[in-house]
Amino acid sequence: MSLSVSFRHRFEGTSLDIAFEAPGGLTALFGHSGAGKTTVVNAVAGLLRPDEGHIAAGGAVLFDSASRTFLPTHRRRLGYVFQDARLFPHLSVRSNLLYGRRFAPKEERKAPTGAAPDAEIARVIDMLGLGNLLDRRPRMLSGGERQRVALGRAILSKPRLLLMDEPLAALDDARKEEILPYLERLRDETALPILYVSHSASEIARLATTVVLVSGGRVTAAGPTARILADPALAGALGVREAGAILRVTVAAQEEDGLTRLDGPAGPLWLPRIEAMPGTALRVRVLAQDVMLALDRPERVSALNAMPATVSALHEGAGPGVMVQLDVRGTPLLARVTRRSATALGLREGLELHAVLKAVSVASGNIGAGDGELSAAS
Amino acid sequence: MTHWLTAEEWQAVELSLRVSSWATVVSLPFGIFVAYALARWRFPGRQLLNGVVHLPLILPPVVTGYLLLLTFGRRGPIGHFLYETFGIVFAFRWTGAALATGIMAFPLMVRAIRLAVEAVDPKLEQAAGTLGANRAMVFVTVTLPLILPGILAGSVLAFARAMGEFGATITFVSNIPGQTQTLPSAIYTVLQVPDGEAQAMRLVLISVVIAMAALFASEALARAVARRIGA
Repeated sequence: MSLSVSFRHRFEGTSLDIAFEAPGGLTALFGHSGAGKTTVVNAVAGLLRPDEGHIAAGGAVLFDSASRTFLPTHRRRLGYVFQDARLFPHLSVRSNLLYGRRFAPKEERKAPTGAAPDAEIARVIDMLGLGNLLDRRPRMLSGGERQRVALGRAILSKPRLLLMDEPLAALDDARKEEILPYLERLRDETALPILYVSHSASEIARLATTVVLVSGGRVTAAGPTARILADPALAGALGVREAGAILRVTVAAQEEDGLTRLDGPAGPLWLPRIEAMPGTALRVRVLAQDVMLALDRPERVSALNAMPATVSALHEGAGPGVMVQLDVRGTPLLARVTRRSATALGLREGLELHAVLKAVSVASGNIGAGDGELSAAS
Repeated sequence: MTHWLTAEEWQAVELSLRVSSWATVVSLPFGIFVAYALARWRFPGRQLLNGVVHLPLILPPVVTGYLLLLTFGRRGPIGHFLYETFGIVFAFRWTGAALATGIMAFPLMVRAIRLAVEAVDPKLEQAAGTLGANRAMVFVTVTLPLILPGILAGSVLAFARAMGEFGATITFVSNIPGQTQTLPSAIYTVLQVPDGEAQAMRLVLISVVIAMAALFASEALARAVARRIGA
């Protein structure tokens, strides 16, 4: 199921001209505050009526200015997870979760496999770890628990499309880590398309199947996450300190000295212990600023990972840095070095060298569950 | 009770309770509707509606009573229509007393409920909409439960105001024992009689007791509701 968005809207002195296609999976709208991301989500939700355009989800037309179609919000069959959870304070967690269900069409309340509807509710409660909270009131919940309930409430309303507007922005890092695995499971275990607004590069690196970059009310780039994040020209839009390519790997072995060996198209990679069974697919975000370049294979250095690579592109930004795109056996990797180093090493397209990565530089927050759709090759 | 209250006094108490209860219950749906409209909708004439609703609060009660007599009296345009069509009579009946007290109490009821509506975060109603609830369902399942404390407060205020209403009632429906003589009218009547102070004192005491009972009951209810809705 896909989402097709194309609209123009003018308000309060700014204008939006947005067009993108989301093929399914999790589509991240990325941009800085005020770029117009929330406006896009509100237009899809029907909370805002654009001046003109066309919005369709899974074949259903939600908005079409040419035929004067505007489906009211309550008939769009969406699940909207707001930044502030917006749970109903007068209802228990259980009643909050079941709130949207009574409005879903009767025939769809049954699980498609023929399982009892209760089994589906139980599955969602289990997936989000809400079993112990059902009889509580929203005010008794922590911020992370509230967002999980909001997520469950949205899923159980049987939406055709899930909208999330910075659902983690109001949470501290520990709470974010608590929710991210649930979002990964949602992406990987259900067929529900998700439109996800974020201004955090690490969130989209972990979650997104497709990335849509929004800036100044325009779509500046859109495509598969691995390709967008490995594009040196887009590193500035993501923030140079946040830029980094994604490697798709599988857990190969847990080694005795506390390291985990990961295998992938780019070759083996050793990182500090990752608690996962061998064979587990992971996506690892390697920050450009953590990658060192060496013309010769480095000997007698502490860094554990040295991958033979070829320079495939160079991009000079406004600052003193140069973003280097490397080809590591067909997998793109980004490295950020100073202009002085680039000159000293004589970096140019086609140059063969070694990309060096310290094992401990990859933070656990940059390692997430892999999904099959993420294509490593651009 | 009848040992220390004359039949006529008891009648006044009973009539006041009946009149105030009806005035409160019948005006409640209108009160909720008007409060919601004033709090949430932007429409032409909104300020005018607001003014009309508040009119009984700022006009002398005698004026309100007289205007009621002009419109709802047997010869008044609305009163005449209601009598001819449904056989409903307001003038000089307890129903007229209920109408007068209801109108006098209406602004207080609307103000309390409107405050409660304004305190409900529209984002919650928006969230209910995204979950598939249409506007009516949003109102019933989200707004109404959340404004319940305000509805209770408004009702108690209106009831208390109705119990104490004097000017508009006596102007519109006069002071007929057993028919339109409410507690305040009865107190006024006995105060006109020499040596009526003792009798007046008993009625005043009853007024105070009823008012306090209503207040305590509403506080207890409000606490129970607040617990239930988790406010």
